[in-house]
Amino acid sequence: MDILVCARRVPDTSENEIALNSAQNDIERDDLVYSVNEPDNYAVEEALQIVQRTGGEVTVVTVGGEDDEEILRREMAMGANHGVLISDGAFMDADGKSIARILEAFVKKGHYDLILTGVQAEDGAAQVGGMLAALLDYPFASLVSSIEVLDGGKLKIGREIEGGNREINEIDLPCVLSIQTGINEPRYVGMRGIRQVASVPIPTLGASELGVVPEAPKVRRTGYFLPPAGKGAAMLSGNREEMASKLIEMLRAKGGLN
Amino acid sequence: MPPIFVYVPHNGGSVDDTAFELLAAAHTMAGPEACVTAVAAGWGAELDAVCEQLRASFDEVWELAQGALVYPNAELVRQALAAVLPRGCILLVPHNHFGVDLSPGLSIRMNSVYVSDVLEIEGLEGDWLKLVRQEFGGQVSTHVRCDVSAGAVLNVRPGAFQPLEGPAVSGQVREVAVGPLTARRRYLSTIAAEAGDVDITKYKILVSIGRGIQEPDNIVIAQELADILGGAVSCSRPVVDAKWLDKSRQVGSSGKTVKPKVYLACGISGSFQHLSGIKGNPFLVAINKNPKAPIFRVADVGIVDDLLEFLPELTNKVREERGVPAK
Repeated sequence: MDILVCARRVPDTSENEIALNSAQNDIERDDLVYSVNEPDNYAVEEALQIVQRTGGEVTVVTVGGEDDEEILRREMAMGANHGVLISDGAFMDADGKSIARILEAFVKKGHYDLILTGVQAEDGAAQVGGMLAALLDYPFASLVSSIEVLDGGKLKIGREIEGGNREINEIDLPCVLSIQTGINEPRYVGMRGIRQVASVPIPTLGASELGVVPEAPKVRRTGYFLPPAGKGAAMLSGNREEMASKLIEMLRAKGGLN
Repeated sequence: MPPIFVYVPHNGGSVDDTAFELLAAAHTMAGPEACVTAVAAGWGAELDAVCEQLRASFDEVWELAQGALVYPNAELVRQALAAVLPRGCILLVPHNHFGVDLSPGLSIRMNSVYVSDVLEIEGLEGDWLKLVRQEFGGQVSTHVRCDVSAGAVLNVRPGAFQPLEGPAVSGQVREVAVGPLTARRRYLSTIAAEAGDVDITKYKILVSIGRGIQEPDNIVIAQELADILGGAVSCSRPVVDAKWLDKSRQVGSSGKTVKPKVYLACGISGSFQHLSGIKGNPFLVAINKNPKAPIFRVADVGIVDDLLEFLPELTNKVREERGVPAK
């Protein structure tokens, strides 16, 4: 089975506190640590485990800038066979639907039995996978937490629904699935692995190669602000010992200490 | 203003609470006089009961009845909605596991824009609807504009709007024929969550840990505090994803819903998926190294500190008070 994984490079929230820039029109991007969007790692791992059982190849594609090549190399170090960077100045303002159209054009140039995305990007909207499926007229399932390959061009998949319950579906190939975190344990990638793929050429495709005419975005982010504090917590002050003592008093008053 | 529809999930013949939140969202967008249509899909007596409930609040109710829709399979519901909804309409959908499945593809079929997880509706300016969303797990909010001249599918966060309890109306129920539906994804069964070793829903005190616990060997720090307080250790999603605790310990929309008296959120950033699993308005204490963590916006008490240092201090103090020797 040949599998395409759509991945993204995003600011890593486990490494950064996200703050606003002074103009409040973007987050502060100086000194941000970027990495592959965490759910996308689970999607790549799942693809690698499937081709281990069924044969086939894994391709990882991203739409972005030159710097985004680094996540393709990372996923290739995990074991993906190919990485493809789709990059064009004309795609700078692309909204979710435009990204889905770009990926649609890319998918139609190749042949993939299965297309995976991560469930959501840190700065995203969990939208491109479902849009891509509709554009390709493939079936789609989101929040996928298990995949079993059946005979006859079908998969048996589990989806996460509310309350920790799971919904089991059968889905025809080719299809698009958005992969939930926790579906597997993504393998570790060391510096050595990255070095081994450092010189593998990564093709870059632009609007003309794909035959995509960029459209003006119909969904635009126009500004950032910090969410209102709401009622806001009463912040305890003092040293660690003093804060612990104050908290114990409060817990006692609330019946949390008997 | 384009016509506005609200997609209504239901279960066992009862309307989902989000229906009235989305009705409020529709009125925020189009004013109190706007005609808002509820759309419910399903089959049989349960669907009839749902539509009967809806017509007390909505001016019009569209009943999409077909045997194939008895279980809400997003692939089929999407086909049905695309077949019957007028092009150019605005459809509101709750942003839950079903809405995430349904809506992005529906916006393609409707040739309209899609915005997910809408928190606020600021109004219409010409063809541009102004909305508020959040990014990075709620660390920042964003102003979003979308061109609704060709319609829109908007997924609205559950709980973001106060449910509308306006004057009762006496709406019309209209049965709308959807035509044949074909499923390339077929629902087979639902597997209930496994009961774990500890039932976190039974405890009055939860010491809940998130990414800030850093490694599995540190969980003992939370367990020792939970033990002396007579509580249990629960967690947020990253701890389960890393397989450090069982899924049955997870609090949140895809985990357990808990109603403790005291909830100590330790190293938890406070995503809405996590918070939506905490009910009953407990005394919420947040302990987090990051002073900007969203959890501090909703907590009663906040402590900016490393939980790996603070929790042992707290445990020892409680032990001292009880006359238990500190470790």
